[in-house]
This record gives sequence, structure tokens and C-alpha cells, in this order.
Amino acid sequence: MIHLDSLTKRYKKADRNAVDGISFDVRAGEFFTLLGPNGAGKTTTISILTTTLSPTGGTATIDGHDIVREASAVRRIVGIIFQRPSLDMNLTAEENVRFHAILYGLYPYAPTYGLMPAAYRAQVQSLAGLLGIADEIGKPMRTFSGGMRRKLEIVRSLMHRPKVLFLDEPTAGLDVPSRRTLWDYLRTIRRESGTTIFLTTHYLEEAEEADTICIIDKGKVVSFGTPERIKADLVQEYVLIDAEDRTRLREELGRLELRSDGDGPFRVHIDSRHAHAALKAIDTPLTLVRTHMPSLEDAYLEIVGKLSE
Amino acid sequence: MSEVAAVLTLAHRDLIKLLRDRARMVSDFAFPLIFIGILGTSLQAGFGGATSFNLLHFVFTGVLAQTIWQSTALGVISLLMDREQDFSQEIFVSPISRYSIIFGKILGESLVAFPQFIAILAFGMIIGVPFTLEKIVALIPAALLIAVYGGAFGILVLSRLDNQRQANQIFPFVMLPQFFLAGIFNPIQDLPPFLDILTKIAPMRYAVDLLRDVYYGSGSGVPLLDLPTNLAIIGIQFVVFMVIGTAGFVRAERNR
Repeated sequence: MIHLDSLTKRYKKADRNAVDGISFDVRAGEFFTLLGPNGAGKTTTISILTTTLSPTGGTATIDGHDIVREASAVRRIVGIIFQRPSLDMNLTAEENVRFHAILYGLYPYAPTYGLMPAAYRAQVQSLAGLLGIADEIGKPMRTFSGGMRRKLEIVRSLMHRPKVLFLDEPTAGLDVPSRRTLWDYLRTIRRESGTTIFLTTHYLEEAEEADTICIIDKGKVVSFGTPERIKADLVQEYVLIDAEDRTRLREELGRLELRSDGDGPFRVHIDSRHAHAALKAIDTPLTLVRTHMPSLEDAYLEIVGKLSE
Repeated sequence: MSEVAAVLTLAHRDLIKLLRDRARMVSDFAFPLIFIGILGTSLQAGFGGATSFNLLHFVFTGVLAQTIWQSTALGVISLLMDREQDFSQEIFVSPISRYSIIFGKILGESLVAFPQFIAILAFGMIIGVPFTLEKIVALIPAALLIAVYGGAFGILVLSRLDNQRQANQIFPFVMLPQFFLAGIFNPIQDLPPFLDILTKIAPMRYAVDLLRDVYYGSGSGVPLLDLPTNLAIIGIQFVVFMVIGTAGFVRAERNR
């Protein structure tokens, strides 16, 4: 569905690339997450894919349409929820939605809600109902809370039934309950419409739900795959052991063919499931046994931290 | 068809914004009325008798054109505000043509200028500026033309600016000199050569002169150029401003 080939962007007057030759594919119907710290190039990537920013190198296609040469066709099939809400505060919620629907050529222009086609009114009511804001849809935007604004943006972005829905850090600034309901709605929408979801986030727990995670930092792809694979790649489990007689322990580790490093304490590379058997096999009296089992978050922080050093 | 609907809905949004912004409505109407009521009346009282020329009518026609032209020009520049409030993302990510976006904006701001046109016209009648029905009917298309022309000028300026702060800073330099170079309150014939050149490159001048062509008539001696000449100059400038302005604005949006 989405194909990136060496996509590059360098902003004017910048001394390095914001997006530095990234390549990957996103399958149709997939829940894809672009994960990275602030300034990694996530928003830049989304802006290029949604055609509001020109790349300086490489190519990208969405559903076979080139994002530069066929920008208009791309815009027709993507929906986007921006990092910062892009609603007009002078309008009512429904006027914001109507504005969008007409810009996308879904319905003819009419000056009031009542004059819009019945199909439009039904669609707005059903989407607003799905997101639980049906009662507020006619109210001025200014009266909406941050969470409701996000929901309205979702309603709006789904009006033209996009094949790909881009969400750029959609939960930034939302409280925990709003965040949770937002995820529930996204799951429902995906189940009901099969929309491909392309999410950016710097929260790891949001990424763990994805089918595929791509970690980027400083504009480069650091890791790519299913959450399980990323975990296997990134997370290194080991058992830290030590003994008073380190020479004997080292010899014994060699004899038992346990891979280790360090001159004491020794870092023995075994996963937690085999730790017990391995420890039992060691005769040297141990003075230290500590298992190291980092979470995905630790691993992520480690990798991102390493890169920024 | 969908491009027409998009233009209409963009224009609709601007009109709604005006109608919901009372402070803006008051200030939009207050300034022209102050100019005409105070400046026009006092000029007429002081010098009108000596020149045997009605200066109130002169100021009235000048301010009427200036208000419409400037209202659209400034209104179009509010696209910068949209950019800062992130609303332009929503417009620019939609599949409509970039020209439709600009055209919708100009149309919307022209609609916003129209109530001002009506209010100033009504004020003119109250203070005794003479009108015939034919003159009022002829002024309507002239006002629309001036509004659209102002919008094109707005796009040209907009394409050179990055943010609203810059716009606020340079606007006094772009607008204020034109008040005098366009001859809203003051005569601009028989000027020294350097000023004469400046008045000729001030776009607002042609808007003011066009309106005076319609109000006084081309042969009356008040307008500097006749109607066809003003129309031709405005037409050429409109196309040039639109092409350069739109291309520049769209490029600035995408090539950051």
C-alpha cells in the first residue's frame, strides 16, 4: 500500500537530513507504527507522504500513486490527523466536517447543515455516534475539550473513507481515559473498514499494538519488524554472575560452553528460561547472581540513547 | 464541479468568520467612516470653498475604493494566520487545486468587503454625497473588481512572507504610503518626477482611479486615466500578481 524508497528530506538552511534515505513497505490493512524520539523525522515523513512537503530525494508511492507526480490522487485516498489539531475554531464542529466533505468533493456546496444532502447528514451522525460526540456536533469548536477535538478530527478524516489513515502523534496532550478511548475507536474503525493505519508516536506502549514497528532516529531506520521481532533484536537478556575465584569460574564457563564476556562480574548470555539449568551446572561458589531482562522500553531507550551519544 | 463547490465553501468560511467576529466588524466599519466623516468633512470645510471642488466627495470616493481594496488584500493575508494555527494543513492536504484555494480565499474576502461597501455607501448618502441609481448600480461591479484586484495584491505580498508577525511589520510600509500615493485624500497630478513614478507603481492608485471613473465619469477631469485604461492596467496586474503570488505561495508551503 505504501512504498518508500530512499526517501530523503533536508530542510532549507539545515546542516543534516531530517529524513535520511529511509526505505520500507506498509501492507494494505496493516497497523503500522513509526516510532522514534522527538526530532527523529516522523512528522517530516508523514508530511511528505501526505504531499504537503516536497522530498529532496528518493521516491514514495501510496496505492501505486507517486506522491510527487500524482499528489492529487494521493490526497484523495489518504486521511490525516495532524500532530497539532487543525480545526477552525471560528466554526462549529459540524461546519468543520462539512468544510472537509465539500473540499474532498463528496457533496455539493450548501450554506447550512439543513440544506446538505440527507446522505451527508446521515454519515455525520453515524460517525459522530461511533465516536460518542453526536450530541455536541452542532456546537462551536471552542466548547470542545482536547479529547473531543481529536475525536472530531477522526470523524472528519473518515468522511472520505481513506484507504490510509495517517495519525501523527494523535494522543499528544490527551489524558489517559481519552487516550484509551481513542485507541478503542481506532481498533473499531480498522475492524469495520479495513483502513491501513500509519501512526507515529514516541510512546512505546502505543507501538506495541502495531502489526509492524519501524524505529527511526535522526532520520534513519534503526529497526524494523513485528513488535516481537523488534524485541528479540533489541532486547538482550543475560545473567550477571561473579565468584571469589574468578579464574576457576572463567574456566568452568568455558567448559560448559556458556558464552560470556567481562573479567568479572561475568555477563553470561543465556535467556531467563535456561538460567536455572545453567546456574545449577556451575560448581564454583558464586558471590553474585543477577538476571538482566530489559523491557522493550529499556531496549528502545538504550538504542536511541546510543545513537544520540 | 467539485472545484467550484470547494471555492464556494472556502468563501463561505470567510464570510461566517466575519459575521461571528463582532470586534472585527466594528473596526472594519469604523475606520472608513472616521476618514470620510472627519477628514473629508474638515477638508471640505477648510478648502472646499476656495477650490470650488467638493473635497468631501473626493475623499469619499477615495476611501470607498481604498477600504474595499485593502480589506481583501489584508484578508487574503490571513492565510498566514491559518498557516500558524495549523488550519492550512487541512486545506492543503485536500485534493483541490492550489489555484482554487487562492481563488476561494479571494472570493471570500471579496464577500467580506461587500458589507463594508454597502455601509460606506449608506454613510455617504446620509452625509449628502449625491448618487443616482445608475451610479449605484455601476459602482457594484466596480467594487467587486477592486476587491478581487486587492486580493491578487494580497497573494503577491503573502507569497513573500513567512508569518503573521512579518506581515504586521511590513504592512505599514506596504499600505500607508499607498494611501497618499493613490490620491485618496490628496491630488496626485503634477507631482515631481520621483513621486510621479512612485504613484504609478502603487497598485491602490488604479483601484481608486477606477472608482472615480465610475463615480465622476472619465471626462470629468477628476480621474487621472479613463475607464478602459484603468481596466486594462488592473487586468494585466491581476494576472501577473495571481500567477507570481500563487506559484510563490504554493512553493513556500511545500519546499520548506
